[in-house]
Amino acid sequence: MSCGTNRDCGCATSASPGVDAGRRAFLKSGAAFATVALTPTVTLMAFGAGDAAAQGAQERLNPAARWGLLIDVSKCGDGCNECVTACRKENGWEDTGHPATDAQWIRKVTLTDPKSGASRELPVMCQHCDEPPCVDVCPTGASFKRADGIVLVDKHRCIGCRYCMMACPYKARSFIHEALIDQKPHAPRGKGTVESCTLCVHRIDSGRNPACVESCNATGGGAMMFGDLNDPESAIAKRVAELASTQLRDDLGLDPGVHYVNL
Amino acid sequence: MVMIHTVYRETKARPGFLIALAFFAALAAIGLGAAWYMEHHGHIVTGMNNGIVWGLPHVFAIFLIVAASGVLNMASLASVFGKLPYKPKARLSGLMAIALLVGGLAVLVLDLGRPERLTVAMTSYNFKSIFAWNIFLYTGFLAIVGFYLIVQMTRRWQKFTTPVGTVAFLWRLILTTGTGSIFGWLVARQAFNAAMMAPLFIAMSLSFGLAIFILTRMALDMGCDRTLGNALVERLGRLLGIFAAAVLYFTFVMHLTNLYSASRIGVERFLLLDGGIYPLLFWGVQVLLGGLLPIAIVYSKAGRSPAMIALASALVIIGGLAQVYVIVIGGQAWPLEIFPGMQVSSSFGDGQIQAYTPSLPELLLGLGGIGIAAVVTMLGVKFLPILPSEDGEAVEQPAAA
Repeated sequence: MSCGTNRDCGCATSASPGVDAGRRAFLKSGAAFATVALTPTVTLMAFGAGDAAAQGAQERLNPAARWGLLIDVSKCGDGCNECVTACRKENGWEDTGHPATDAQWIRKVTLTDPKSGASRELPVMCQHCDEPPCVDVCPTGASFKRADGIVLVDKHRCIGCRYCMMACPYKARSFIHEALIDQKPHAPRGKGTVESCTLCVHRIDSGRNPACVESCNATGGGAMMFGDLNDPESAIAKRVAELASTQLRDDLGLDPGVHYVNL
Repeated sequence: MVMIHTVYRETKARPGFLIALAFFAALAAIGLGAAWYMEHHGHIVTGMNNGIVWGLPHVFAIFLIVAASGVLNMASLASVFGKLPYKPKARLSGLMAIALLVGGLAVLVLDLGRPERLTVAMTSYNFKSIFAWNIFLYTGFLAIVGFYLIVQMTRRWQKFTTPVGTVAFLWRLILTTGTGSIFGWLVARQAFNAAMMAPLFIAMSLSFGLAIFILTRMALDMGCDRTLGNALVERLGRLLGIFAAAVLYFTFVMHLTNLYSASRIGVERFLLLDGGIYPLLFWGVQVLLGGLLPIAIVYSKAGRSPAMIALASALVIIGGLAQVYVIVIGGQAWPLEIFPGMQVSSSFGDGQIQAYTPSLPELLLGLGGIGIAAVVTMLGVKFLPILPSEDGEAVEQPAAA
């Protein structure tokens, strides 16, 4: 896959980069690369291609939007793992048989009411809070929230302190404990850094639904809905308005972008 | 006011000093080797995981950083509170404050997932992060205490000792407040999120710092070319008892506050009663061995014996490490309560006690931090006019009475 030509790729420079733009990006990269030997970590932050990618993403970003999910727990099937499988496949994180150290961007959680014995299942991932504690505590600003509400980790700026993992109320973040191979170009990951659900930002930036939502609706129970919570005409905003939805740990006042109904 | 003319000199080391220096240098080198091993293989070779994200290295790092601010108290007593008998100890106090902080920060940085990106941490700040504030507090502490030492060593700047010492004292209070707030401001976790963490950490710093100071001072007596005497040791022992009691008091109030909240009874029960290693460390090591026993020692007849005060100091240090372990690891072991009142299970350990077994590299990295702190202290004592001569110590004694 070639970055800069595929619009699905999060590393793409712009919608249709011309020759001059490509040359400029190349020259910027070359100039930045020349200083690698002196200050590798600083240079990583300022690497030319990264600038171009960030610029491209900004061009596609809709700052008026607040992307979110609505999950109908009553439709989330017992034992169904479609969303998890789809996320793994899309973003390249794998089950290596070490659940304590393996990354899990999304997981199925089983709840049982100890009084009634009733149980249900639901997916839990980064809740893309409007007031994300992970962003507040991150010392370097590697954890950040885009203008459209998606909470991400800048892998070039993350120093691996894991304070965001201490601060997240949802256990949504994973630390990469060992070297990785076969990464997806649109979901770069790195040993020693923290990562979490990106809401499939690379898909959103090209007008597609997150992989978990697409999979749930295609082969799962149709429990997940994605859309712009800020757009009153969007299907998700209408559903959130008419249903009594719940946000996890709403007592903390973080205003997560993920809403649950029938929880 | 009694005038004290203290002469400070570089130390001529006895063989024991050099052997100890070699030992601590080796400890530091092994710690660096352990850090390299961890970085090369990734944190997969540690006991840390996605549930216990801060492990044994953080216990050592936080212990050393907390103790660093507390050990400065000897200098503050002389410069800020006018307790002149403590003045001959001020330089050692300042040097040890720097050394312990350097040792603690070294462990903290070497445990990062990407320690080579320290430049990022030094150049890219999120000013809303208490962690970022702490970076300023730590570097500021090193600069201020360093300048404080220079002022003390420069005869014509003696008049600045009190104002600079006061700035250092206030800075250390803010620094320890910041360290406690790293945990106190974590709203997500049941065991943390308590304003009491800040004063608790200040009490811990005073206690741990004094205990380390007493032991170091006695060890230097044995290893250097002069006998500095133990004129104030008995008094320091009783002061240690007060600090240890203050730690117990703040610990007691914090747990009592949590026990009053129905939503926190689960985590309190875990930490204090049925959480396996954590209640054992809390009651057995922190409260009994590291709290009540040293308090009993220093306030009994045995408290007049330097050897027993050394024992009390060692117990406070052991209890302190256990306390930090329970706070840091025990606090994470209790699962996040995302769904209060529900029984929860998942492939990611939701609803389960988070398991943690420290690995050897983690222990060696933590001990390496102690090694670094000791080496910095010993080199400072060896090459700088840190320790008073016997004459200076002799002059201080009447004022101490």
